[in-house]
Amino acid sequence: MINLVSKKEKKKFKKDLVFDILFRNIIFLSGVFIILLLFAIFLTLTFNSFPSLKVFGIKFLYGKTWDPVFNEFGALPFLIGTILTSFLALIISIPFSFSISIFLGEYFREGKISSLLKTLIELLAGIPSIIYGFWGLFVFAPVVRYIQIKLGITPYGVGIFTASIILSIMIIPYSASIGREVIELVPSEIKEAAYSLGATRYEVIKKVILPYARSGILSGIILSLGRALGETMAVTMVVGNSNFIPKNIFSPGNTMASVIANEFAEATGDLYLSALIEIGLILFLVTLIINLIGRYVIRKYAVSL
Amino acid sequence: MKKQIQKRIIKDKLFKIVIILLSFLSTFPLFFILFYLIKNGVFSLNFEFLINLPKPVGEKGGGIANAIVGTFILIIISSFLSIPIGICVGIYLSENKDKNLSKVINYFVDILQGIPSIVLGIIAYLWIVRPMRHFSALSGGVALAIMMLPVIIKSTEETLNLIPQSLKEAAFSLGAPYYKTILSIVLPAGISGITTGILISISRIAGETAPLLFTAFGNPYMNLNIFKPIESLPHLIYNYAKSPYPEWHQKAWAASFILILIVFTLNFISKLVVKRWKVRF
Repeated sequence: MINLVSKKEKKKFKKDLVFDILFRNIIFLSGVFIILLLFAIFLTLTFNSFPSLKVFGIKFLYGKTWDPVFNEFGALPFLIGTILTSFLALIISIPFSFSISIFLGEYFREGKISSLLKTLIELLAGIPSIIYGFWGLFVFAPVVRYIQIKLGITPYGVGIFTASIILSIMIIPYSASIGREVIELVPSEIKEAAYSLGATRYEVIKKVILPYARSGILSGIILSLGRALGETMAVTMVVGNSNFIPKNIFSPGNTMASVIANEFAEATGDLYLSALIEIGLILFLVTLIINLIGRYVIRKYAVSL
Repeated sequence: MKKQIQKRIIKDKLFKIVIILLSFLSTFPLFFILFYLIKNGVFSLNFEFLINLPKPVGEKGGGIANAIVGTFILIIISSFLSIPIGICVGIYLSENKDKNLSKVINYFVDILQGIPSIVLGIIAYLWIVRPMRHFSALSGGVALAIMMLPVIIKSTEETLNLIPQSLKEAAFSLGAPYYKTILSIVLPAGISGITTGILISISRIAGETAPLLFTAFGNPYMNLNIFKPIESLPHLIYNYAKSPYPEWHQKAWAASFILILIVFTLNFISKLVVKRWKVRF
């Protein structure tokens, strides 16, 4: 019998086979690792919030006092602070991000002016949040203080309002880019059909493009809300860091993320630390739910003609 | 009739003007921020500032060398931890598109991307700082690595999805084993997209402060030991900005200028990589 495959080649085949199996296993395991990582994050947070969960239970969510000295922890001031800053930021950002998505997705799809705006928006998105916070504290907060003096409000400078403005600048690029992508997806046939009926561009945008891209724009807004909720440094520096429920939008407050940033390193005592971790757990769950909703909206209502 | 048409045309023009105005208005903050960074930052910049260590308040001079070195060490640690895993997961996702597990992993990657960075700081604290009983560069690197993972995974997956099946089939038909096909045919073909993803993820973590507050912690001295606390540029800016001393504020402006220079350079390089070595088939 003629030996078609030499011993050396056989060995090589075997080696290749072993490596193949090894390689497949490695990439499979790294995929499984991601799932385990997320579960580990969730379990770690839950497990370490137990002391606080046991002592305060559901009262943690509506307790108004946050007092490390007497070991009394209620997160309501931070929940309110977070909700106020994020939603205000969202409302302020919507007209701008909406304009940018229409500008880039419909009016100027390509060309110099569009790539200029795109580059500027990308640079805006690239600025680290600490620099937003620093700039906000030293340049923007004095401006707010000046306005507050003119209006006759207690001139804090920093506070919920200042934080919301800085946050809104930070989330504009994010929701604008998602909005642009969806608006670009609107098929030109239906736009042309509207034009051929004599519609102006404004009417096409209002009656054809927006209804078509509605879900995408909505999910962009939802996803940028998730980002606003978790934003830490910029907010921490300009929100005023007061652990009381803000009286109005100009008064100083604190958000969930900023209270962790401020107090975690100095937290003495297990209960104190555990209360901060529980805030982290709430933050984790809230952003998780918001992200899932955002992505659900984009998938579920992804338009198909 | 004519009046109505005119009204519609005016409405159309007005709308366009508003859109253009609002669009460019939203870029104003960029110019404001850059203006102040340059105005306040550039003048306190000099070579000494880059190579000296910080000095106590009141003493002249002093720099941010420890923070620059620290930032690079943190980047190296987190890249080292996240790039291999990120690329492997990306390969898995693009190779097993239809599997249910891939869909689950995709969801998880999305969720991972949405986790606030401060929460990842808590995680790194609980996993590494607490067992070791002291702050360390390593723990900061772990927190940043978890932030980098989703970006690397997504860019790897998206790039590899663009590589045509025929390329792989050609390699198989020549008798190349699976691992070789992926590692020496498919991966090199998509190297530009993967590199871009890595650069973008690095530029994102280079300015990240929140997870470092209670992991890497900060350190006024030069430190190269990854098991000891380490300073980083964003953390130094935070510390100096919070301080009551005007000369430290000045230094924070200068440090911010350096930081933004690093971040923008990384972004710029990633753009060049895309242009130069874009996957084209």
